[in-house]
Amino acid sequence: MKILVCISVVPDTTTKITFTDANSKFNTAGVQFIVNPYDELALTKALELTEQYGGTVTVINVGTDTEPVIRKALAIGATDAIRVNAEPKDAMFVAAQIAAQAKAGGFDLVFTGRESIDYNGGMVAGLVAEMLDWPLLNVVTKIEVNGNTVLATRDIDGGKEDLECQLPCVASAQKDLCEPRIPNMRGIMGARTKPLNVVEPFAGFDFADYHLYELPPAKQGVRLIDPANAGELIDLLHNEKKVI
Amino acid sequence: MSVIVFAEHNENIFKKSSFEAISYGKDLADKLNTNCVAVAIGCSDTNALSNLGKYGASKVLNATGNTLKVFEAAAFAKAFCEVAQSQSGNVVIISNTYNGKSLAPRVAARMNASIVSGIVAMADTTSGFSVKKSCFSNKAFTYVQMKEANKVLALVPNSYPAKESGSSVTPENVSVAVSDADIKTISKSISTVKGKVPLTEAEVVVSGGRGMKGPENWGMIEELAEWLGAATACSKPVADMDWRPHSEHVGQTGITIKPNLYMAIGISGAIQHLAGVGSSKVICVINKDPEAPFFKAADYGIVGDAFEVLPQLIERAKQLKA
Repeated sequence: MKILVCISVVPDTTTKITFTDANSKFNTAGVQFIVNPYDELALTKALELTEQYGGTVTVINVGTDTEPVIRKALAIGATDAIRVNAEPKDAMFVAAQIAAQAKAGGFDLVFTGRESIDYNGGMVAGLVAEMLDWPLLNVVTKIEVNGNTVLATRDIDGGKEDLECQLPCVASAQKDLCEPRIPNMRGIMGARTKPLNVVEPFAGFDFADYHLYELPPAKQGVRLIDPANAGELIDLLHNEKKVI
Repeated sequence: MSVIVFAEHNENIFKKSSFEAISYGKDLADKLNTNCVAVAIGCSDTNALSNLGKYGASKVLNATGNTLKVFEAAAFAKAFCEVAQSQSGNVVIISNTYNGKSLAPRVAARMNASIVSGIVAMADTTSGFSVKKSCFSNKAFTYVQMKEANKVLALVPNSYPAKESGSSVTPENVSVAVSDADIKTISKSISTVKGKVPLTEAEVVVSGGRGMKGPENWGMIEELAEWLGAATACSKPVADMDWRPHSEHVGQTGITIKPNLYMAIGISGAIQHLAGVGSSKVICVINKDPEAPFFKAADYGIVGDAFEVLPQLIERAKQLKA
């Protein structure tokens, strides 16, 4: 089985978000970048699947200065990597690059995280699936492969759905799918020499501009309520804020 | 040109998020001097369909076909696009529910559309077409210019009010050319917790953290939630310790929610937790540590022991609802 795992490079979860250039750019100064946590789950699961059934795991990233983070994915255990040498402008652009590589590389499974924790779009898996005309197993907490058949459990509003499809397909990883793997020293050493192919993007899909950022308005300050008279909180929520 | 809204239903009951999406579609259509068409798929309740007009749809279409009984992203996308095209629809509104998140990208790829998901406010059409979306897990917002003529807007539930501004309309059934071959995944079974408010749709959420000391104490959280008609949630450590299922974990790596009221009990408010709940309209924090960072993000706070405060809240909520 040939698995293509899509890796977003995102700011570490503890990052304080600020912007520069008149709020038109994310301020990357001092920010530590990591493999998107959901993509890490997809990668770990892909490794488990290939350990079980044989095959290879290739990671793909659309980005320009992302090699160190890609090397981390290789240290976790991926066989090789592809970097599409372009800024990841928006979901459609990224998906188009991934779909092209998935097709060219003859992959059986394209695996993503359920969303990236920077833009939180969660659209790439679905876009790739439609571009390739493949089935989509979106936001899955369980996935098994049996020959050409894939069984998965996906999150739905207020519950779960078990579903089945045939390879090739696209899947996106949700928490609970597996425990993320931590690279060991051997993996880190080996990652330095694993193949990382840099490819140029194909043009087009210039569909959206992310042009301005803003931070949420600061809270007015907390109003403290006497713990001995806590019931007052319910009255305030009912009468003043009218939320209950 | 028209604005097409996906009206999602579950066994003929339309979701509140669909009403919000229709009201959004109606207000957007007014700005664009066009009309708003609601498109349902596989609904068999005429009253429920005609009711969609009340939220602003000037036309309600229902795609029918044997293959359209259970949600399947590929088949639904094909059916939806066929109906949208028949209405010359070029702006599509889909709510960011779980099904919406699978449908929206497929529709966008079929239409070669600009797609933005996580939209939290009405589009600005004064110069181009700009939308506001949340990013960095609710730590910030970004404005996106959607450049293609075709657009798919995926709207965050509970970010735009559902308004009953119109009147019911007579729905039309549309038979679409979708066959078994268009179904790419087969649904084997669906399990939902009946009678419980799904976390992502809840207007009020009561959430517990490590300060609750153990899963055996969750009865109080559940009781308060029940009286407030709320969903229950928890922090990451609580889910990691298996006190509560991961499906209740809200935060950066859990579920992102945006209720009208979020009550955090025994949660300190780490930056990752705030990322998932920070855009709630009103936040109440109950914590015995006055230095808990969550108080900085809260509207109301009680510095006190959860086990002394919760019974009082339950009692008052009971009186209020009685």
